[in-house]
This record gives sequence, C-alpha cells and structure tokens, in this order.
Amino acid sequence: MINKLVSSAKEAVSDIFDGATIMISGFGEAGSPIELIHALIDQGAKELTIVSNNTGSGEVGLAALIAHKRVNKMICSFPRTANSTVFPELYQKGEIELELVPQGTLAERIRAGGAGIPAFFTPTSVGTPLAQGKESREFDNTTYVMEKAIKADFAFVKAKSADRYGNLIYNKTARNFGPIMCTAAKTTIVQVQNFVELGDLDPECIVTPGIFVQRVMLVENPADESRLIAENRRYPW
Amino acid sequence: MVEKTGVKGWSTDEMAQKVAFDIPDGAYVNLGIGIPELVAGLVPEGREVIYHTENGLLGMGNSPEKGKEDPELINAGKKAVTAIPGASYFHHADSFTMIRGKHIDVCVLGALQVAENGDLANWSTGEAGAIPAVGGAMDLVAGVKTIYVITRHTTKTGESKIVKQCSYPLTGKGVVNRIYTNLAIIDITKEGLFVKEMAPGVSFSYLQTQTEALLNQ
Repeated sequence: MINKLVSSAKEAVSDIFDGATIMISGFGEAGSPIELIHALIDQGAKELTIVSNNTGSGEVGLAALIAHKRVNKMICSFPRTANSTVFPELYQKGEIELELVPQGTLAERIRAGGAGIPAFFTPTSVGTPLAQGKESREFDNTTYVMEKAIKADFAFVKAKSADRYGNLIYNKTARNFGPIMCTAAKTTIVQVQNFVELGDLDPECIVTPGIFVQRVMLVENPADESRLIAENRRYPW
Repeated sequence: MVEKTGVKGWSTDEMAQKVAFDIPDGAYVNLGIGIPELVAGLVPEGREVIYHTENGLLGMGNSPEKGKEDPELINAGKKAVTAIPGASYFHHADSFTMIRGKHIDVCVLGALQVAENGDLANWSTGEAGAIPAVGGAMDLVAGVKTIYVITRHTTKTGESKIVKQCSYPLTGKGVVNRIYTNLAIIDITKEGLFVKEMAPGVSFSYLQTQTEALLNQ
C-alpha cells in the first residue's frame, strides 16, 4: 500500500545529509514551509545549498537556518526584503555565497530540472551583468543566454491539502514555487494543513500529481511568520 | 548636474494618471512596486484591465480591508491584496511563461536611469558591499510587449535620469518604449527620444536643460 504520510517532522527530515542541495518553496512568507525548516535546524545537517526565492525574515524559518550557519550557498532572486537581516550581515562578512538569478530564470531552471531538460536559452538578462560568462546564441535575430537546469536532493514545500498518494492542492499565492520544486528534487517533502481521503481531491483540480511527492507531513496550524517576527521570536524557541 | 529651478510639473498622481490613460481596454498589465502601483486606481471608467502579479495571480484586486489581510494572498511587493471574481492562481513557471512568452501587454516600472536607446537600469547601483537583488525585473523587461517607465525626471540631487548611456548595471538593453516623468512624456524610438507631451509650465528648452540625452520635438 502506498502511504506517503510520515508521523513527525523529525522523521520527514531524518535522512538529510551534510552538503545537500535543498529547494524551499515560498515567496516571502507565503508558502514557506516553516515547520519543516525548523525540523531541519533540529536535525543538524550543514554545508547546505538552498534554492529559494528569498532568504527569510527575522530569525525564524529560512533566516534561522542561515543564522545557525547551516547554509554555505543561497541560490535566489531577491535576497533582501523587509525584516531580512541575517543573510545581508553574513554576506557582507563574506560568510555565505550568493548565486543571484532573475526570478523567471530561477523558476524555469527549476522547471527544466524537473522536466529532464539540462539547459535552455532565455532572453532574460541579455546585456546585463547577470549574463556575463554565460554562453549566448542568436535565434531569429535575437540574442538569448543559456541557463542550466537546477536539481536538488530534497525539496521542502508547503501546500494546503494532500492525500496518501501525495496529490496536492495549494492555497492562493502560497503556490508560487511549490509545484515546480516538487518535480525537481529526488525527495520532495511536503507539509500540509489537511490530509484527506483518496478521491476527496477532484482529479481535475489536483495541481501536483502524487508522483512528484515522496513524503507528506501534517501541520494543521502552521506558524504565521510575520506574527513570529512581530513578537521577536527566534528559533529554536 | 542639471540646473535647479522651481518648476515642479505633474504630481506623482498626475503622472500615474497619464500612464493609466495610455493603457487600453482589455490589457493584461503588470505593475512594478512603488509609484507604478498607483496606476491601478486611476484607470478611466469603462475600461477593464487585468492585473498580473508575478508571484502567481492574474486578476489582482484592491488592498483588503484592515483586518482581512491574508498572508497567503500577496503581491510581488509582498503586500496583502485581493483577487477579483475571475482571478486565477498559478505557479512561478506559468507566471513567467506569461511574462517571457509575451502574453502580458504592458509593464509599468520605476527606474534609476533610462538611456536614449531604451536601456534600463533599475535594480542595482552597483555599489560595493550592496546586497544585489533582482527579482523579476529582468524577465519583465525582456518579455512584456510594452514597457513604460514612470519616474521623476531627475534624482534628488538633480542629476538627469534620462541619460546618453546608463552608468548603473542594466536591467535590459533597448527595452523601454515610453517614459513618464513629472516634466514630460517621452517616446523612445529608433530615431531617438521624442517629447510627446510636456507638463504645464515646462518649455522644450527647459526640458532639455533637465535632460542629459538629446530630445526631439
């Protein structure tokens, strides 16, 4: 029988190894799997490469993981946002590496990684510093830059509901990077608010088919990141 | 450095109104963070415009009432928004397919500098030690059919933002179609910069003194 539900966050992240590449869903706090990230802080894996649009806020979630010096490198499009101080400080001290990628290129590199496409050509960043050192080619009199796919050992994703096959639906703009990250990791671990019976999710409306998901963890009341930050909370509590 | 005078030209709201007037009925539009956001509230009556926000919503509505904010319903500036009836949510690869695939009609962005050939610099001053952050700006200018820039004509210290060549790192090459400033509306063409409209009290010769790049009437 297939049942992807795991009983605890600890179990969900137990096999994450030092040096792993992990994709983490979210655009700001929307869709950030904060409970999975906290379980990873407890688990202790280090020298990680993290692929995520931002670098977290305050000292919870992704920012807490970075503050604990578990991350060697960030691949992201926008590393500084309101309330993000942890990454900027370490970056300015030269203690963390940054690969800055335009947001749409980041999304497409992840999509390509999941789709078995090693590289693609895009018009984004042509003529800018972010195209320097990259191969370029002309198609129909327009210049395009070659970008390589990104794949990961693990993906941490937040969704709204899952069944035991790992079929997923999401919540509003918290969907963002979730569906593509699910496809691009060897092991995709999803935290959801609802775990439902097979058949409860309309097959016409399933966003991520279960084949892309390996583990599901139930977090019925996920933390509200901006509230934690407003209360000056730090992880570990 | 350009000459400082008392001419103010259009207010920020008036600039945004000029942009809103040029967005056709039925357009799919992406608005950048800051001044461009004002455009949404100024669309002339009788026109239906659909707003795209690149974090994954087509059909973005107004800000929610106080107390009704949803942290999982936000715009690209990470502010709480609403979804109109008929809106749709999608993942990032689809969102940037809309952008890069030339499905979005108009994008309105701010600028640090615009060059006379349409080059745009709006993501980094290239300062040593600054944390570089680009977001979706390079994808938007590479993919959206029409790029409007809305910006003050000069910087706070009086330097022209409309330049012969951008000194800041580029967001895109030859991408801007039209510039809306507090002093004028300027079209960028293969033949150079053409002034389409000037704010009340602004003369062409005055406008040229405020502009590093060469203007045409």
